[in-house]
Amino acid sequence: MQRFETLTGLVAPLDRLNVDTDAIIPKQYLKAISRAGFGVNLFDNWRYLDQGEPGQKRARVPNPDFVLNQPRYQGASILLARANFGCGSSREHAPWALLEYGFRAIIAPSFADIFYHNSLKNGLLPVVLPAPEVDRLFRVVEKTIGYSVTIDLRHQRVVAEGQEIGTFDINPFRKDCLLGGLDDIGWTLQYQADIKAYEERRRQEAPWLFPEARTKQ
Amino acid sequence: MGKTLYDKLWESHVVRELPDGTCLLYIDRQLVHEVTSPQAFAGLRAHNRGLWRAAANLAVADHNVPTTERARGIIDPTSRLQVETLERNCQDFSVPLFAMDDARQGIVHVVGPEQGATLPGMTIVCGDSHTSTHGAFGALAHGIGTSEVEQVMATQCLLQKKVGAMRVRLEGTIPNHVTAKDLALAVIGRIGTAGGTGHAIEFAGSAVSSLTMEGRMTLCNMAIEAGARAGLVAVDDTTIEYLADRPFAPAGKLWDQAVQAWRTLHSDPDARFSKEVLIDVSSLAPQVTYGTSPEMVISVEGHVPDPCQEIDPARREALVAALRYMDLAPGTAMTDIAIDVVFIGSCTNARLEDLRAAAGMVRGKKVAAHIHRALVVPGSGLVKRAAEAEGLDRVFREAGFEWRDAGCSMCLAMNADRLEPGERCASTSNRNFEGRQGQGGRTHLVSPAMAAAAAVAGHFVDIRQWI
Ligand code: SF4
Repeated sequence: MQRFETLTGLVAPLDRLNVDTDAIIPKQYLKAISRAGFGVNLFDNWRYLDQGEPGQKRARVPNPDFVLNQPRYQGASILLARANFGCGSSREHAPWALLEYGFRAIIAPSFADIFYHNSLKNGLLPVVLPAPEVDRLFRVVEKTIGYSVTIDLRHQRVVAEGQEIGTFDINPFRKDCLLGGLDDIGWTLQYQADIKAYEERRRQEAPWLFPEARTKQ
Repeated sequence: MGKTLYDKLWESHVVRELPDGTCLLYIDRQLVHEVTSPQAFAGLRAHNRGLWRAAANLAVADHNVPTTERARGIIDPTSRLQVETLERNCQDFSVPLFAMDDARQGIVHVVGPEQGATLPGMTIVCGDSHTSTHGAFGALAHGIGTSEVEQVMATQCLLQKKVGAMRVRLEGTIPNHVTAKDLALAVIGRIGTAGGTGHAIEFAGSAVSSLTMEGRMTLCNMAIEAGARAGLVAVDDTTIEYLADRPFAPAGKLWDQAVQAWRTLHSDPDARFSKEVLIDVSSLAPQVTYGTSPEMVISVEGHVPDPCQEIDPARREALVAALRYMDLAPGTAMTDIAIDVVFIGSCTNARLEDLRAAAGMVRGKKVAAHIHRALVVPGSGLVKRAAEAEGLDRVFREAGFEWRDAGCSMCLAMNADRLEPGERCASTSNRNFEGRQGQGGRTHLVSPAMAAAAAVAGHFVDIRQWI
């Protein structure tokens, strides 16, 4: 996982409520068996006028009306979004696609639960700011070409033009993982002895949960 | 103070708690399917890791599998590769698998309970958001991403923080022709798609107690559409009767011991919830969605709402966009909406009870002439077999429905079953998002009986007055 400390980047606005993971990365691309290659198909149905299929060679027809296709938002690394971003299917392909496209952080008034956690585990930072602040940001971003903000994870704040525009919460454990670029499995395996002790105790209390032990007896 | 069911399930699975409240939570069962597992297995290989407890996993391919002419195999090469990858991975890592030609194959959330692989008191995960379905058994079940699938494979644990406990009480007698699906849609209509965010929702009340396990699964299946981490229903006689003699359920003395423990899986009378909602269901009508989010739902007697009446600007815009996508004019009576396609299937509504209800509407009738396609896709091979034993396949076929093999099918259109742009579908699935059933396709979520009746009438009908 890529480390995250501070990020200064161009902000692109996606002014829609309830952006679901089907919209972020349509299901036809989920047939892949690797983690790479999803960036070009991020927001596929909105971004292109033609219908996309996995592995197609033909050049795509960009939709000039879609916000990320506007020249002023090229190179954006921060996505500004509306409430309940990432709802719907649990596909982790959604944060993979956002990251590969170039986003490292998303600012929204709220996120769907599974998407929020999937993002953190992949080094994509979901930043929750209050709805009025997000409203204000939408207005500023649309007015100001080249508007960028700085997200300072260590101090959990968002800064624009030298001014703090908001602070955000993050689970301290997740914060450490992001700051250190740590993955969950390596972390968990430090506690192998605890897991085994739990299993032993549980096997006494609820032996039916361990049918493989039953066949051994 | 008493404990909620969620508290009890949570506490019995904490392996270790960190100072900030993040817990290492033990997972009893992982269900695995082809779409969200390949990268997890690849991760294990890359790090030379094995499975912590292979037998705690159960795999089945469902999202990509064809629902016709299965013997021919999968034509689409990318789908085929994904399914073959699952089979190879399961073999390499000794994960139990129901292969495509196994009668037990089906949608993972139908198969788990049907096999008794879903048991009360378990923690259950799957790389699929509708894992909430299994909460119907008094199990803590939720969807996870692929990194977490890999973590559970490697460690049998997840890192989680406890969420709030919310209770949705559904009280009153459920009227005729109103089903668990209508309850689920009505709850989402009431609390919104973010109404359960940061919570596990326990469904309680007399209406929930009166539901069969099938109905409870439908309800919990859609808890995720209300934004909840999980859905839950307390264990009672209905739960225990359902599980008796299932292949993966305990037997003999272990069964008695298990049942005794399961009987404690309910919220204590003095438990406190951080959020409570009470809905009287006794006058509820069948529900139909009109928009592109499950919260955009109304009773079948209703009319498509007018965005001008919406005060909140963001919501107004969302409604305008939804009606444009759905090609619906404000004020249209729901019963005047003509449909092109009917889909009866998905992990929400493809169990035997659902197929019986749908068949009841079409027996001796014909699908309307202008309907392009009407599909019935059983939730599993065993559901299919049971339905055929009752002659339901004949009822559907004679009415003009196609009778398919088990899989996700047109719920998300990853296989060949999909809507064409502009087609309008009465669907028993759980999501009406843009493009969910095929790019440009328009989805109306309804119960199986409502979908079946719409197939015959060619438009939505109020089934309470229809027969
Ligand atoms: S039937 Fe639909 S919702 Fe259920 S698991 Fe399959 S794709 Fe997901």
